[in-house]
Amino acid sequence: MTTSTTAPDLAEEFGTDSTLIGRIQSTLHRYPYLSPLTVLLVAMVIFTLLNDRFILATNLSLMSQQAVIVGTLAIAQTLVILTAGIDLSIGAIMVFGQMMMANLAVSADAANVQFAWGLPWFIALAAGVLIAVIAGGFNGFLITQFNLPPFIVTLGTLSIFTALSLILFKARTIQGRELPGGLKAMGETASLGSFRLMAGVGMMLALYALFAYVLRNTAWGTHVYAVGDDPEAAELSGISTRRVLFSVYAVAGLIIGVAGWITIGRVGSASPNVAPNINLDSITAVVIGGTSLFGGRGTMVGTLLGALIVTVVENGLALAGLDQAYRVLAVGLLVIAAVALDQWIRRVDA
Amino acid sequence: MSDTIDHPTGLDGLAPILTGRGLVKTFGRVVGLNGADIDLFPGEVLAVIGDNGAGKSTLIKCFSGAHVPDSGEMTVDGQQVEFSSTHEARAGGIETVFQTLAVAPALDIASNLYLGREIRKEGILGQLFRTLDKKRMRTQAGQHLQDLGIGTLQDITQAVETLSGGQRQAVAVARAAAFGSKVIILDEPTAALGVRESARVLQLIDDLRNRGMPVILISHNMPQVFELADRIHVQRLGRRAAVITPDSHSMNDAVAIMTGALEVPDDEQTLGPVRVPATEG
Repeated sequence: MTTSTTAPDLAEEFGTDSTLIGRIQSTLHRYPYLSPLTVLLVAMVIFTLLNDRFILATNLSLMSQQAVIVGTLAIAQTLVILTAGIDLSIGAIMVFGQMMMANLAVSADAANVQFAWGLPWFIALAAGVLIAVIAGGFNGFLITQFNLPPFIVTLGTLSIFTALSLILFKARTIQGRELPGGLKAMGETASLGSFRLMAGVGMMLALYALFAYVLRNTAWGTHVYAVGDDPEAAELSGISTRRVLFSVYAVAGLIIGVAGWITIGRVGSASPNVAPNINLDSITAVVIGGTSLFGGRGTMVGTLLGALIVTVVENGLALAGLDQAYRVLAVGLLVIAAVALDQWIRRVDA
Repeated sequence: MSDTIDHPTGLDGLAPILTGRGLVKTFGRVVGLNGADIDLFPGEVLAVIGDNGAGKSTLIKCFSGAHVPDSGEMTVDGQQVEFSSTHEARAGGIETVFQTLAVAPALDIASNLYLGREIRKEGILGQLFRTLDKKRMRTQAGQHLQDLGIGTLQDITQAVETLSGGQRQAVAVARAAAFGSKVIILDEPTAALGVRESARVLQLIDDLRNRGMPVILISHNMPQVFELADRIHVQRLGRRAAVITPDSHSMNDAVAIMTGALEVPDDEQTLGPVRVPATEG
């Protein structure tokens, strides 16, 4: 190579802001999950001081189970939000998927049940997950083929899938005793000392690990960030933004399908009215976890922390004897604080 | 004009690396290109100047694959080419640094250098799951920056948005230089930069030329163009109005050509090569 004569002092302007605030800002910018981690630890210390039952293994087990549905759905929501999209239909797709599983698996003698084919649980499970993938793919298809905003598309499919669940499955709750054990397997628990680990929690953690790896270490992961960051730049770099977007919504469907399975286990039955606020809760977890609604930045670890923060705050305030309304209030404040912090961190490049 | 400018010694047989003939591109009723020609010779910096709407960007976007011309012929290395996407142009050896830079600010430098053509791990992980070979991407990215003399700048895992405008430009140029096997096109690389940063980017372009890489430089900045370019392609009303050199004409002449006040007869133009290409290594 020819030796270059380029100005060596390019490095000189590379210096970062040396004030304390500036250093905090750039550190948070670099490791965005540090702020939710701090919030989580501080909250846990405070709640332990308020009520020493908070930190007991039984309560920790309970919290892990309270977090599992929203935590799993938040994985899907993170993928979507990383592309600067939003998925309002996550809860509706999950309900649709789990109702499909339950209705296929119920035996023929049950009254007022669609299908009731008595299929083996794993075939019913696969069919339910497949339906969720198709539903997610339908979102992706509408968004990429007709250039519709994700907010509008998923607002529409939220109603569509909710209605389909009610129409197709006759708004009937399938009780746990009607379901084969395999569909309820995610609700099984194992004892680790006095901590009871639910299978669904293990599944959720495995999904977090998987998608954290995929985002960091695959071309697809890089492209998800690039498309959310600057779609035009991604396109000019030779990335097919449409393909990436479509795949994100379909993969989100896959995760949502698994979340449906976990929900049957956690709740113990399959109801079309389960977790009515789960859409907004998943967005809350993602945002508190430091993922930017403007796309392109955020981590799976952050979202997991975000889901845990919401659970810890609600559980901790309840143990401290505060009314439900105050818990809702606290989560609302957290969301706004998280977005304000995100805006501040993003200014590091200005 | 003297003959030495049209046909400098030893360059008679030099074939152009890139040509465009009679390129036409319209956008609805707006005519972007109206039969434009262009020639780029090996090892030279060809500046493309022109008034707003003269078709500079449209012209180079045909070669970078962002536009497909309605008619006309393009060749690269003597072969006729048609690019229907930036991807195809890249595969054809033409790298473009767009005015918008086309970098993803939140991603780190190494990821940006390899955006859209990541290095994957060998074996099934890489093929099936497109798992990245991050280590190789980082070392090679560092090497590319080193080659351009900007290696000192980089913590390769730093997000691009934490870099200054000039450093981002350097990353975009480094990306082009790392992959551009035949031609590098730069669209207004200094438009958003301060004086010092501009100087560094111009230095980068000069380095590319010293390595033998032909460069097309679109710029509004006359002093820069006259300082750096071997030849200057003046675009006017969607066509090539003239090709001059910093020696053959003044900046005032160039402005006059751009506005149509001055017409340059063919024998006063510099349509042939003027620079002996540098050989790399």
